[in-house]
Amino acid sequence: MKMTMRRDVLLGMGAGMGAMALPGIVRAQGAARVVVVGGGFGGATAARYLRRLNPELRITLVEPQERFVTCPFSNLYLGGLRDWDSITHGYDGLRAAGVEVVHALAEDVDGSARTLTLADRTRLDWDRLVLSPGIDFRWGELAGYDQAAAELAPHAWKAGPQTQLLRRQLEEMEDGGTFAIVVPQGAFRCPPGPYERASMVAHYLRTHKPRSKVLILDSQDRFSKQALFQQGWQALYGDMIEWIGQSDDGLVVEVDAGAREAVTAFGTRHKADVLNMIPPQRAGLIADRAGVTDETGWVPVRADRFESARVPGVHVLGDATIAAPMPKSGFCANAQAKVAAAAIAADLAGQEPPPASFANTCYSLVGPGYGISVAGVYRAEGEKVIEVEGSGGVSPLEAGPGFRQAEADYGAGWYASICADVWGTA
Amino acid sequence: MIRLLSIIPLAAGLGAAHAQDLDPAAVQVLAGPCANCHGPDGRSPGAIPSIAGLPEADAVKRMLAFRDGTDPSATVMPRLMKGYDEAEIRALARWFAEIGQ
Ligand SMILES: Cc1cc2nc3c(=O)[nH]c(=O)nc-3n(C[C@H](O)[C@H](O)[C@H](O)COP(=O)(O)OP(=O)(O)OC[C@H]3O[C@@H](n4cnc5c(N)ncnc54)[C@H](O)[C@@H]3O)c2cc1C
Ligand code: HEC
Repeated sequence: MKMTMRRDVLLGMGAGMGAMALPGIVRAQGAARVVVVGGGFGGATAARYLRRLNPELRITLVEPQERFVTCPFSNLYLGGLRDWDSITHGYDGLRAAGVEVVHALAEDVDGSARTLTLADRTRLDWDRLVLSPGIDFRWGELAGYDQAAAELAPHAWKAGPQTQLLRRQLEEMEDGGTFAIVVPQGAFRCPPGPYERASMVAHYLRTHKPRSKVLILDSQDRFSKQALFQQGWQALYGDMIEWIGQSDDGLVVEVDAGAREAVTAFGTRHKADVLNMIPPQRAGLIADRAGVTDETGWVPVRADRFESARVPGVHVLGDATIAAPMPKSGFCANAQAKVAAAAIAADLAGQEPPPASFANTCYSLVGPGYGISVAGVYRAEGEKVIEVEGSGGVSPLEAGPGFRQAEADYGAGWYASICADVWGTA
Repeated sequence: MIRLLSIIPLAAGLGAAHAQDLDPAAVQVLAGPCANCHGPDGRSPGAIPSIAGLPEADAVKRMLAFRDGTDPSATVMPRLMKGYDEAEIRALARWFAEIGQ
């Protein structure tokens, strides 16, 4: 019987499997070790689910921060609809689930010796490595924008002190001022994020500084959930939010962070009172050290197991990967982590990984009680991710207030569920 | 909690090809993204309904209605259910029914 066999093999799965095992043959050498780099949406999920799939595995999670602040719902913090603690999560839940959590920065990877080196030179051996480092910024690619400039014109695109700085600047802004958001070129995390941010800033301004304005300078001509956002903006904020797309000279090529000025491709200088610069992005730098990035700065992966196409035994998740048509979202990182965990657990037991299946939903809050969403269901076809035909799409444009209210509530429900799923916190 | 309950009795009615596809490890992967909204193991801590322990027949009916666009109260489920075939929907319903509340 197939079931009995699978159960036996899974129970025997703790055995060490340094190299690829022949199917069904399990080398008995103590528990296999999986090291996970990054305790965000992808990494923490992978660590948690690997332990659930096989409690015999030794799972080590490497993450420098002791408290993780989520980008999801950080826009609601900016808008005054959430407090800081409610978007901050610790690692006790993962420890309670049997994950060994090491607060350190991973500095180097040796894919053939199968080791990971931490900043203090400690070396960890692994049988499988999971990288979910999120993004890093391409500092200096946009003229005038480097780390020092980010202290004047914050990005707040990694949640933390930058988010609090941006909130302070918003609070200090005079009524009648302009809050500008610059949307970068190239792939960036959370395609609807800039527009949800504009919404939440407008919500704050409408209640506190109603003569002010939100200006979006965009490198794109279309954006995620555009019709829904624009409909909501009109309904809730009138003309407060102005969006300038790329063809209307929205592309910013240079900034003067001190003067809070953004200069466009055609030389228009936009002077802002708060300048929120979202910089161009790439995979977290540790991916380079592991040799898994390509010339785009992102990581190609085999969609059926989210394993590097270049270095076997190294699985990469989340924002760092090239996974289009899946967007760079926390939801996707979580879904990919479960596929990778299942593939790793099966592989270490000498079995074929189960077929991959993913989904995504990005909820955005346009205003209190006004939520919208975009969804999709995905599978692996060969090495590529494909969207299941006929699935997914955005909330209906013609829906009434009841529907928008329900999606605002379900968005909050999603946040509670995914945080429980990732960190064991609600 | 690892769940490897047999779904072979269910799959038996669907022909050999599908019985192959729907082994427990595959259903567990199909069910992965559900937890993202419905909570770990389908036990929701928030506003989205729990689906752990939902009677199988009710869950199948709801999910097929979502997929066919005949549930007027739905928001996101119709868009998601269009990504699954009927055999997968039945397997998912059984998976969450067997978890228990
Ligand atoms: C404003 C905003 C709003 C968003 N809203 C949503 C939303 O509503 N829904 C949604 O699904 N997504 C949303 N996102 C996207 C979401 O934040 C990301 O897609 C998600 O965080 C990606 O997960 P990840 O695991 O790839 O990276 P992250 O969650 O960023 O985790 C990466 C972790 O790796 C660690 N790390 C990096 N390098 C190293 C190293 N060398 N050693 C050790 N650790 C390392 C970092 O410290 C970090 O903790 C939003 C993003 C933004 C910016
Ligand atoms: C994006 C969030 C989200 C995801 C992902 C999701 N659901 Fe749902 N689910 C909902 C919401 C919201 C409802 C309420 C109906 C609606 O508004 O569409 C619901 C309702 C349901 C119901 C009916 C529950 C009841 O008692 O009324 C079932 C069954 C269900 N979902 C199953 C699933 C399964 C199985 C999956 C995974 C394949 C899944 N859902 C994935 C959000 C989600």
